[in-house]
Amino acid sequence: MAEQNGIIQLKKIDVTFQNEGKTIEAVKDVSIDVKKGDVFGVIGYSGAGKSTLVRVINLLQKPTAGTVIVNGQNMLELSQKDLRTARRNIGMIFQHFNLMNSLTVYGNVDFPLRDSGLSKAERKQKIDKLLDIVGLSDRANNYPSQLSGGQKQRVAIARALANDPEILISDEATSALDPKTTTEILDLLGRLNKELGITIVIITHEMDAIKQICNRVSVMENGRLIEEGDLLSIFGNPKEQLTKDFVNTSTHIGSVLDEIRDSGIVDKLSGRLIELNYIGDSTNEPIVVELYKRFQVEANILFSNIERLQNTTVGIMLFALTGDDDKVEEAIKYLNSLKVNVKEIDLKKEGK
Amino acid sequence: MTGLVNKFLPNVVANWEGDNGFVTAIWQTLYMTFVSALFAGIIGIILGILLVVTAKDGITPHKNFYYWLDKLVNLFRSIPFIILLAVIGPFTKLIVGQTIGPTGALVPLVIGTAPFFARQVQLALVEVDPGVIEAAEAIGLSPMKIIFRVYLREGLPELIRSGTLTIISLIGLTAMAGAVGGGGLGNMAISVGYQRFENDVTIVSMLFILVLVFVIQGLGDLAVRKLEH
Repeated sequence: MAEQNGIIQLKKIDVTFQNEGKTIEAVKDVSIDVKKGDVFGVIGYSGAGKSTLVRVINLLQKPTAGTVIVNGQNMLELSQKDLRTARRNIGMIFQHFNLMNSLTVYGNVDFPLRDSGLSKAERKQKIDKLLDIVGLSDRANNYPSQLSGGQKQRVAIARALANDPEILISDEATSALDPKTTTEILDLLGRLNKELGITIVIITHEMDAIKQICNRVSVMENGRLIEEGDLLSIFGNPKEQLTKDFVNTSTHIGSVLDEIRDSGIVDKLSGRLIELNYIGDSTNEPIVVELYKRFQVEANILFSNIERLQNTTVGIMLFALTGDDDKVEEAIKYLNSLKVNVKEIDLKKEGK
Repeated sequence: MTGLVNKFLPNVVANWEGDNGFVTAIWQTLYMTFVSALFAGIIGIILGILLVVTAKDGITPHKNFYYWLDKLVNLFRSIPFIILLAVIGPFTKLIVGQTIGPTGALVPLVIGTAPFFARQVQLALVEVDPGVIEAAEAIGLSPMKIIFRVYLREGLPELIRSGTLTIISLIGLTAMAGAVGGGGLGNMAISVGYQRFENDVTIVSMLFILVLVFVIQGLGDLAVRKLEH
């Protein structure tokens, strides 16, 4: 069935650059499949090849090898003219907004509409509507230099939406913005996804951005896609080290562990250190109470964090278990039998 | 007033009207400057755009074309103008039918100025934010539309700045062309003022040229200020 296929399918994409005799493999054998209505996140450090990869979607970057299918069209087989038409169905926003400085806010949103065949009055109606969606109706006659970063990005979003695209690509669109503005822009993107049904691909190096709106996540490292899955499984059960690093940064457990290690608490700590990850509605309290009731093992909670991701609770807890060695062993077995991820951490051994 | 002018600038007054007078010379300088600026401007903008779009990171890269165009522009930019005047004499005659007078000066002025301006246009246009170009490509604009709607639009203040600079250096060249038979204020200053020891003519010629330069600089600055946001 046609619907089974993703709206964006990248298959076995390689992108290599030749630079002064050296070959740089920016993207290596990456396949992704984005379903209609997804908010698909690609996360990785700078230089991981994320930007190059998303540019393959609208062929701003031609892949060295692989297949690009967007909306059922094989993009690599299109003529230049058809490719330009196809690109109108793919809006794009950028880290540095990339607005025309010589045009007003209104002019910037009008920019992609000039070839749309709409009359001037129809265009005006559409631009007014778009500016209303992004909340900038009162700024229509301002120039970009008179706007804040967040406002500029809103203009860029309105521009990207002008041709009613089914897909929106966000290339580090919040990386140049402060945290509050970042949240506002992500909220806006999330709203566009829900209200207009627009499929969004966002690339970022911030797990918080992914957490806020994505339902699926890909992790990239050195040009390769190292892990992929829905948000909850990536967040609750990361497999690769890099994914864990991103998740840890986001839940702050990484810095908590560093703190425990560096402050010397680790030497005073008795018992065994356990990290618990859980998804769903198990809460902290009963587990701790159960451990004491059943095994007379005390759980000294060092850190706990609960978040709501896509209306599901994702929790993380760090505690030290003290009690008889046998009992502690039994308690850990009991934890393992629950629907939670249990990981024992040996800070003294792990070192830094 | 008239008496004062007669006293201090006797030769200027004597040389005011007639075929070889100041009025004619001013018109000749204006004619040489603006007609050659028009042609050099058109050629320079076309060459400058070609240099930008065919460069390695341009919107339609073309290695060989860029290589040879780049070399050609450099070549013509390297020929000293006074030698160019002489060297292209036959070509000038072919194009405008004469090698002397203001019209005869047009061809060397255009050829001397266009490559310089092409380089200025190239520098102005590469300054246009590559991100904006990329956004335009992502929107689905053709290369031609990107040139007209992005490059020339976003680069306009910078283009006017380099245009102003080019016209001013062109005025300098008209003076040089004038001295070797082109007429105009340069001719006035040298063949009348300097060679006949009529110093007041030389000085007044220079003052007219300075006024022209200031007016053009002022207009250029004004336009840039209007355009920049």
